[in-house]
Amino acid sequence: MKNDPLVIAGRTFGSRLMVGTGKFPSAEALRDALVASKAEIVTVALRRADFSMPDTDSVLSVLDPSKHLILPNTSGARTAAEAVRLAKMARAAGLEPWVKLELTPEPKYLLPDPIETLAAAEMLVKEGFVVLPYIQADPLLAKRLEEIGTATVMPLGAPIGSNRGLKTREMIRIIIEQSTVPVVVDAGLGAPSHAAEAMEMGADAILVNTALADAGDHASMAKAFAMAAEAGRLAYLAGLGPVRESAEASSPLTGFLSGV
Amino acid sequence: MDFSEVLNAWPEARVRELFSHAESHDVQRALKRDDLSPQDLAILLSPHATSSLEEMARVSNRLTRRHFGRTISLYAPIYLSNVCTSDCLYCGFAIRSGMAGERRTLTESEIRAECKALRAHGFQSVLLLTGDAPRVAPLEYLARALVIAREYFVSVAIEVYALGSEDYRELVDLGLEGVTLYMETYHRETYSKIHLKGRKKDFDYRLGAIERAGSAGVRRLSIGALLGLHDWRMDGFWTAMHAKYLQKKCWQSAVSVSFPRLLHTPDRYPVESLPSDRELVQLILATRLFLPEVGFNLSTRERADFRDRLLQLGVTHVSAGSSTRPGGYTSHGDKALPQFEIEDRRSPAEVVEAIRRAGYDPVWKDFDHSFHRAQSMDDDRVAAIR
Repeated sequence: MKNDPLVIAGRTFGSRLMVGTGKFPSAEALRDALVASKAEIVTVALRRADFSMPDTDSVLSVLDPSKHLILPNTSGARTAAEAVRLAKMARAAGLEPWVKLELTPEPKYLLPDPIETLAAAEMLVKEGFVVLPYIQADPLLAKRLEEIGTATVMPLGAPIGSNRGLKTREMIRIIIEQSTVPVVVDAGLGAPSHAAEAMEMGADAILVNTALADAGDHASMAKAFAMAAEAGRLAYLAGLGPVRESAEASSPLTGFLSGV
Repeated sequence: MDFSEVLNAWPEARVRELFSHAESHDVQRALKRDDLSPQDLAILLSPHATSSLEEMARVSNRLTRRHFGRTISLYAPIYLSNVCTSDCLYCGFAIRSGMAGERRTLTESEIRAECKALRAHGFQSVLLLTGDAPRVAPLEYLARALVIAREYFVSVAIEVYALGSEDYRELVDLGLEGVTLYMETYHRETYSKIHLKGRKKDFDYRLGAIERAGSAGVRRLSIGALLGLHDWRMDGFWTAMHAKYLQKKCWQSAVSVSFPRLLHTPDRYPVESLPSDRELVQLILATRLFLPEVGFNLSTRERADFRDRLLQLGVTHVSAGSSTRPGGYTSHGDKALPQFEIEDRRSPAEVVEAIRRAGYDPVWKDFDHSFHRAQSMDDDRVAAIR
């Protein structure tokens, strides 16, 4: 098997499965899931993280900086200013200057605000952050963010927690085709088959949270997602090309010329 | 458009008709739907749904977990003042309730002492309460208390008399995260019979307050009816409809619902229609199926063992180690008049243990100072980019 690392902002990672740490019933459950997932990039909601109590915080106490890149997220931020403040607070608390921008003002579907996300991304890139923005599967927005200098784009498959899979697959396909930065499919991946599908399409990585936190057996579900991500990636590399939408025509218009 | 229009569209007679026409196959159909209508809500609140509680519980448990994970958030109430100029028949604070106890309004140093005591238990989220006494606890007093509380806690909410839009905006600028305001009952006639004097007599002003808070930028809006004042099914229906309305109108705010039962009232107001344990469970489950993403609060009014069971049924936010006396967390409150009797007297540590035993992660912090609006260079720079 060829060496096929994930590269984000010049840094290499062996795993293409990122894990979100919210919603787990206990620190032990989270630990079991993380170990089985072999994830190297792990997101943490800054609204929840208690940096003053890293040993008892049920997420921070489980993370190991030698194994995991802690990727703080700004979930719950309603404006760019809030997201920027959160990112700076995380940096001041000693985390690496990487941030997953999650500007989610609407608490029911937690959909990302494109305007505030763009503004926050520009600000944070200028401040030297490695910015990974969570977005609607909007190909134009993805290009705008890439131009600003974000390290990846992270289009959603379906609303957070909905477990509905790649509802936005047509748009994700376009993003993957047009993007020059890694594409991480995030949110809505409810089953390992969804993860495999995203990787088969050519996504560079995926992020899963609810499906793991909500599982009966956290370790097994995490292992299943890890295997699915690897399987999908392997299939993609083996030549499972994109399905062409338009069939390649024979020559209905000019075919008559070949006999002449 | 405001909520009174929605309320007027669902008068008691209309809702009662839905209750009486519900049949068991309607209940089954409602259970299978993803997106419930008000008619479905009424069906699940009706007597016909009482035999389907176990199925409703399974769906409720799953829906709650999907949005909230297996987490329970903790908060503590701080009673700043029990002085009251209203005379609400059902409340221990009423000016003529006849209940024994001192009337107190906390000084700044007393507020700090309460905050320190709660912080030591681990709380990061508090709810500041007063009686209905705008002259004794005016906006300036509330603002000062909010600023003090923010020195100790990441998340501060208030449960006080209804305020105007400008008042809420001012408090939001000072870092207010949430407003809790119970309508007590959504039934106008009953409301006017039990609120005898003071500003609280104005039903419409109170009804519109939580919307004003949302429009002013308050991020958490918590509503509820006092169960027992009127038919619990009716108030349950209207409360849920109010929550649904707020989700649309105040789309950037998180809505939550409380289910306070009037278990203890002053002698002059015996409660006639208190929901039983089973009925309270039905109300919580029906509301969860109608509102999958709304937070559910359960206070220490309820017994410990009952609260523990409800953790599995849709509750997401609980108070712990509470006192309803001003100064109740230090010796300042020993003689003060409480608002109601606490049934769950466990310490915060004991409640945390119970949450873990139930298979949930206790969450102290679900907010951050970074969220608060502040005039800063960053805000100007961001504005320039847009």
